[in-house]
Amino acid sequence: MERRRILLCAGTGCISSGSLGVKEALLKELEKRGIADQYEVVTSGCHGFCEQGPIVIVHPEDIFYCRVQAEDVPELVEEYLLNNRVVERLLYKDPVSGEHIKNHLEIGFYAKQLRRVLRNCGVIDPENINEYLARGGYEGLKNALQLSQLEVIEEVKKSGLRGRGGAGFPTGLKWEFTYKAQGDKKYVVCNADEGDPGAFMDRSVLEGDPHAVIEGMLIAAYAVGADEGYVYVRAEYPLAVKRLRLAIEAANRHGFLGKNILGTDFSFQLKIKEGAGAFVCGEETALLASIEGERGMPRPRPPFPANAGLWGKPTCLNNVETFANIPLIFRLGAEEYAKVGTERSKGTKIFALTGKINNTGLAEVPMGITMREIIFDIGGGIKGGKKFKAVQIGGPSGGCLPEEKLDLPVDYDSLTAAGAMMGSGGLVVMDEETCMVDLARFFLTFTQKESCGKCTPCREGTKRMLEILERITQGNGEDGDLEMLEDLAVTIKDTALCGLGQTAPNPVLSTLRYFRDEYEEHIYEKKCRAGVCTNLVSYYIVPEKCVGCTLCARNCPVNAISGERKSPHEIDPSVCIKCGVCYEKCKFNAIILK
Amino acid sequence: MSKVKITINGMPLEVDASMTILEAAESAGIEIPTFCHDPELTRAGACRICVVEVAGARNLPAACTTPVSEGMVIETESERVIKARRVNLQLIWANHPQDCLTCEKTGSCKLQDYSYRYNVTGSPYKGETKVHELDDTNPFFFRDLNKCIYCGKCVRKCYEVNGAGAVEFMYRGFNTKVTTAFDVPLEESSCVMCGMCVDVCPVGALTPKQGLHNNRPWEVKKVLTTCPYCGCGCTYYLHVRNDKIVGITPNFKGPMKGHMCVKGRFGWDFVDSPDRLKTPLIKKNGEFVEATWEEALDLVAAKFKEVRAQYGADAIAGLSSARATNEENYLFQKLLRSLGTNNVDHCARL
Ligand SMILES: Cc1cc2nc3c(=O)[nH]c(=O)nc-3n(C[C@H](O)[C@H](O)[C@H](O)COP(=O)(O)O)c2cc1C
Ligand code: SF4
Ligand code: SF4
Ligand code: SF4
Ligand code: SF4
Ligand code: SF4
Ligand code: SF4
Ligand code: FES
Ligand code: FES
Repeated sequence: MERRRILLCAGTGCISSGSLGVKEALLKELEKRGIADQYEVVTSGCHGFCEQGPIVIVHPEDIFYCRVQAEDVPELVEEYLLNNRVVERLLYKDPVSGEHIKNHLEIGFYAKQLRRVLRNCGVIDPENINEYLARGGYEGLKNALQLSQLEVIEEVKKSGLRGRGGAGFPTGLKWEFTYKAQGDKKYVVCNADEGDPGAFMDRSVLEGDPHAVIEGMLIAAYAVGADEGYVYVRAEYPLAVKRLRLAIEAANRHGFLGKNILGTDFSFQLKIKEGAGAFVCGEETALLASIEGERGMPRPRPPFPANAGLWGKPTCLNNVETFANIPLIFRLGAEEYAKVGTERSKGTKIFALTGKINNTGLAEVPMGITMREIIFDIGGGIKGGKKFKAVQIGGPSGGCLPEEKLDLPVDYDSLTAAGAMMGSGGLVVMDEETCMVDLARFFLTFTQKESCGKCTPCREGTKRMLEILERITQGNGEDGDLEMLEDLAVTIKDTALCGLGQTAPNPVLSTLRYFRDEYEEHIYEKKCRAGVCTNLVSYYIVPEKCVGCTLCARNCPVNAISGERKSPHEIDPSVCIKCGVCYEKCKFNAIILK
Repeated sequence: MSKVKITINGMPLEVDASMTILEAAESAGIEIPTFCHDPELTRAGACRICVVEVAGARNLPAACTTPVSEGMVIETESERVIKARRVNLQLIWANHPQDCLTCEKTGSCKLQDYSYRYNVTGSPYKGETKVHELDDTNPFFFRDLNKCIYCGKCVRKCYEVNGAGAVEFMYRGFNTKVTTAFDVPLEESSCVMCGMCVDVCPVGALTPKQGLHNNRPWEVKKVLTTCPYCGCGCTYYLHVRNDKIVGITPNFKGPMKGHMCVKGRFGWDFVDSPDRLKTPLIKKNGEFVEATWEEALDLVAAKFKEVRAQYGADAIAGLSSARATNEENYLFQKLLRSLGTNNVDHCARL
């Protein structure tokens, strides 16, 4: 008898919301009812929808249950597995229509996605190589090994694949440089440092489909002539490390790694290097220094890693998602692969959606899709029906785009032209309650803290930019501050040693470009329209609107509000700490920000 | 060696293809400022004071790390370059004590020189400054991190040349500092006090304790000499003021490239020490008494004769010093052999 398959998400997100407890409860319940042999319970990697976790999918019907807890299991087994009655309350509820949706492909979040790199994530058991093999795993490698090294490189060039780690450098070209470089030894290195706050696509791929990355690295190693490789992954990703380790062991056992792979002359061994988790260690030269046991500080380029990388040897270094694209190219063929995307940005890109949108999570979309589609169709629009204000793309190195840029096609070049960048694919959506000056301050705080301290403009310059932003948000901004910010930004971009410093001013420059009036309001009118910069906000009760319900006064933590019952209340600004509680509480919109 | 054609400041040049922009400029007599560059050490590209404008480049590449290439058009003092250098100098000054008046480095300080060159009088950036305690725990030099500009030369010198690896970068961002493991005073670290870091520090963060307030570079005469301590024969410049030695700088152009050890670098104060012997002493009735050279040599010769007559020449042995020169050692063994013995050795064989 064909067993029904129950997929239980065991990505980091769902594990932390309790999926392992659900699994235990489920196995127990099936056992108790004597039906365990009719079900195959499989733990998968991340579905990208962690916010709705733990996620349970029942096949073959493909019913998508979310936020399932251990105590829901008896009901789920009784009602659905035994009596075929769908448990409505555990289905996904559309945030706009309020409807319950049964199949995951009908959920807005998934409908517009094109899951090619993530096709196995949430579908297979990543700890079982047979599941990967059953879905065409290592076919790409077999196809590639039929070709010469140069033919493999040519194929990657034809696919138009560009690096997914940030800069979008053409992958085929990078492989060609490494292939041509002279060296008695060459390395392939996978960058799984993923330091961009909020981004977790690389972790998801490693947790959900580790063999895809190994297969990609193998093809790269064959093409450039390397026999040894490293995956540099941050130690804060213990699950990814564990699954990768299991996958490497399995690949070794199956002869995909090791000596004379698949009976050819090609040999490759793969090691894991756990990093301590500094953002700068994602920068390729700092990463290599870190593998060598040095402090993770960038080195000047040239020489590029392709010529002198790990221990001075030619090294092909790519991002996790880049490598995960490779098997696809060699299974589909470059031409087929390149049918998706735009002229100069081929394939798909995974974005990490966060911020003030309804659906947060990982979404893989074809290049060329508009930001509007990502935010409003996939992301389900702004939370609480509020108004969209801006979206930060590319993390701390990226930029902020306003409403009028939402119809831009998402590809490397349009984003850069608009003052943002693809980066690793972090997308933070903001509504009108976000202060753009404060946002710039937030990102600068991050980059200043993460600056490795090696070069003057980044170490000292981002500190001074941050201090100016702090001053402005505290209400001490002065005439000339914006010019000083711009001056510093130009010099830092012009002279910093590595990408961290060179891009650190971007959040400031892009918010200045699109929201300069907000900066000016802060400086000249001492006003923060979003009500975020507490020094620039005062709460005021409009006497005509106040009905004297006393609710605000009872909730004010510092007793700043006085007034008789049924007569207008008043806030004492010298006592008020601007917590905003009264503003939230008043049911009559009598309290305003000034 | 293959050559490339480049243009620097409008001047057409043909230079080795293996050169950096900095080396090419130097070969044409064009000076580009540097803080962190040292031809002997790994290229760091850290300070960014050497940035230049290269036609077609997105940003300003560092001259010390960027190789020349065919057709490169370089401007070393364009408006954009000067602006960038000024901002970076101002950024340094925002966190640097205004202490040139009494700083030991005045007159040979690169920060001072470039501030003068680019007319940087201080910093428009007001904000946090770091306050580090002065490390004066060792007998030879001060470490004043308040003046450190993080060029990292001491780190590389100590690791790549000395091998001690006593100092490294620590922390990140504005909190970065260059210090010892666990941030202990140098005295308690693996530092062997060779002083080579002192000699490459471009500012007054590392300064010798000798010659304090008495060693302005324009007031001293620099005399090239050879170290008297060992047979390596390092050469260096003695700083002489009013006929007294007040300091040392290594001879970076000599065969030892400026490498020194703690004895040669700091152990010269014996020259004017009141304890120093200036005449031979002969022990009379259990006490040393000053004598003339004739008396002393006569005594030594008499004793040699006595020993040789009584016990034979092999009873005499000579132990020479590594502090003596080759020529002196040659003469020494010749003297011993003329006395009839082959028992000659020296102290540097341990
Ligand atoms: C500060 C900084 C952080 C970076 N972090 C990452 C990272 O976490 N992951 C990554 O793949 N690339 C990161 N990069 C980009 C890498 O330096 C490198 O370009 C990339 O890994 C190359 O792979 P790709 O060509 O496949 O994109 C970072 C770059 C900088 C400057
Ligand atoms: S730009 Fe920043 S992170 Fe990069 S080398 Fe300079 S100080 Fe370090
Ligand atoms: S903002 Fe907070 S502290 Fe101020 S009056 Fe309202 S509740 Fe009280
Ligand atoms: S909650 Fe609103 S209506 Fe009620 S007393 Fe306060 S300001 Fe007036
Ligand atoms: S280190 Fe240089 S710039 Fe700093 S105080 Fe001393 S002389 Fe002046
Ligand atoms: S004195 Fe010598 S051993 Fe000590 S820190 Fe300096 S270079 Fe290193
Ligand atoms: S102590 Fe001197 S040599 Fe060392 S990093 Fe600081 S400025 Fe450079
Ligand atoms: S971990 Fe389960 S959906 Fe991401
Ligand atoms: S001298 Fe070139 S970067 Fe410091």
